[in-house]
Amino acid sequence: MGPGQAKANGIALEARDLRKVYHRGSEDIVAVDGVSLTILRGEFISFVGPSGSGKTTLINLLGCLDNATSGSLKIGGRTVFDGRKSLSEGELTKIRRQVFGYIFQKFYLVPTLTVIENVLLPYAFYKKAEAPADPMDILRFLGLDNRASHRPSELSGGEMQRVAIARALINKPEILLADEPTGNLDTKRSEEIGGVLRRLNESEGLTVLLVTHNPSLARIARRTVVLRDGKIAD
Amino acid sequence: MGTGSKFSGMWHLPFSLRELMMKISVYQVAYKNLLRKKTRTALTILGIGLSAWVLTSLFGFNRGYESALNKDIDNMGFQVLLTAKGCPYEAATLMLKGGTGLRYMSESVFADILKNEEVEQITPMLMQAVFDPNKGESGGISAYLGIDPATFPAMKSFLEFRQGGWFRDPESREAVMGYEAAELEQREVGDAILIPEMNLEFTVVGVLARSGTQDDGTIFVPIRTLQRDFGQEGNVTAVGIKVKKEANIALLENKLYDLPDVQVVSMAQVKTTIMSLVSTAKVMVFSIALIAILIAMLGVINTILMSVFERFQEIGIIKSMGAMPWDVFRMIWTETVILCLLGGGLGIAVSFGLAKATDLLIRRLLPYTPTGSLVAIDGRLALTTLGLILVIGLLSGIYPAWRAARVRPLESIRSEGD
Repeated sequence: MGPGQAKANGIALEARDLRKVYHRGSEDIVAVDGVSLTILRGEFISFVGPSGSGKTTLINLLGCLDNATSGSLKIGGRTVFDGRKSLSEGELTKIRRQVFGYIFQKFYLVPTLTVIENVLLPYAFYKKAEAPADPMDILRFLGLDNRASHRPSELSGGEMQRVAIARALINKPEILLADEPTGNLDTKRSEEIGGVLRRLNESEGLTVLLVTHNPSLARIARRTVVLRDGKIAD
Repeated sequence: MGTGSKFSGMWHLPFSLRELMMKISVYQVAYKNLLRKKTRTALTILGIGLSAWVLTSLFGFNRGYESALNKDIDNMGFQVLLTAKGCPYEAATLMLKGGTGLRYMSESVFADILKNEEVEQITPMLMQAVFDPNKGESGGISAYLGIDPATFPAMKSFLEFRQGGWFRDPESREAVMGYEAAELEQREVGDAILIPEMNLEFTVVGVLARSGTQDDGTIFVPIRTLQRDFGQEGNVTAVGIKVKKEANIALLENKLYDLPDVQVVSMAQVKTTIMSLVSTAKVMVFSIALIAILIAMLGVINTILMSVFERFQEIGIIKSMGAMPWDVFRMIWTETVILCLLGGGLGIAVSFGLAKATDLLIRRLLPYTPTGSLVAIDGRLALTTLGLILVIGLLSGIYPAWRAARVRPLESIRSEGD
């Protein structure tokens, strides 16, 4: 899928002048400072930059995990935030469950559940109508079908992260947010996860937003956004 | 993901067992969460179980004691007892232990009693106690209850014989032994009972079957014989009064109070007296139960709260997956309910299993206990207790569940961000 195809698919996310200010005592910390960004459906973007540059804060705002202080955010053409009124946790949850899948540095698998039960965990709370009929297909896609009945303690770090990816995919998200997904993995496992993300983007057309410190992982993305002091550097 | 994705159309089975297995509920998640810290979960269940045991046994005792006391009183065959004036507590206790008052009153009182229209029948009784040097290792007191064979058996129609029957002659030296008295003395029909002090010999003509009442430990002899042999002609120690079915017992008691040198012991009074004696013990046990419940509640709150704090980030991730605050609240609340149901079930099972032991323990603690089962536990009581434990559990789970429901995904994610 080339950039042209992405454009044809339309806009996945559109942020205008997003700003996030934290108040710590009497000090105001500007974590994201007027970021404007358009992300097309099917794009694979990596966000890079030094620690404290605002990568995670920005991805949290884009992923509806947090409210911006000002600016606007549109998801799939629908305005979810226009700078006037913060969304309630319930409203944010409704958007999250419809649009996003998340993977993080830590895997947060439930140790007492098997691989397949961990993958199915979101169904305990919400199941989209267009969710895949057979969750085993996802495990097969990620090379985990022979590990379905294993517990997380029996898996390698790379396998655990793949289970977390499967869990993020179970409700067929439109956008996958990956925040330092290889932060806990060695080089080989990092490459393995990078490969999975690329395959998801290329063959499944999934929009992927990746935050990473890892330059080789960032290179997998088709587009790289560099952040510095809460602003897009280039 | 597009519709033509590699994993969206493969291996389709519209509805099958496989599909059923590919589901997970909040309840499954909650149950499995409890398995993470097995020891902690087990200890919490044990704590709840202990409370449930105490609570069930206490409720069972509350019901059983009163029911056993009522049974004892009903089995007396009469509703009012007249004794010579003395301590009412002593009279009540002696009466329930199978004895009567220690003083005597004249048989002339019979006519005064029978004047009352409420009275259906009366039965006189004479209690005599003698020292028997052959009893036990160093001798002991043997008590004999003189009864009227014309009226007493009719009032105690529920008594059944293991051997023999009532006296054939109202003035004979015959005896009927209660089940336990016969076992203790190793006597059967045809055997003799000696009263060495008086140089008397009674022949056993009947042995009662076990009745579960004070009659099991009594030796009955004809009242006329006992009066004659002990020089108490014309005297009785008590008169049992059977009241007509529709009669006003309180009214009769008021009339009997006017009789000189007698005291009226109504079964209602006896019951009140005994119940007031045990009420102190009940308050104590209720207090212990309350403390046990409070400790169990704190245990549940602590366990669930610890588990919420430990899973702080995980709960955040669950919310990022689309769980609403109520979903998380329900999940944590379910964990509490599971703990309480398991603990409650355990406690109730233990209370059933240890009902006999609890009965024995209570008998050692209380000054007077009726002869029937003191701890009456049944399915209804078990369900009531389980319901109560569940309510307590639900209340205990509110705070931890509320704390969990308030977790924001961002808070958990921030801890690993840049």
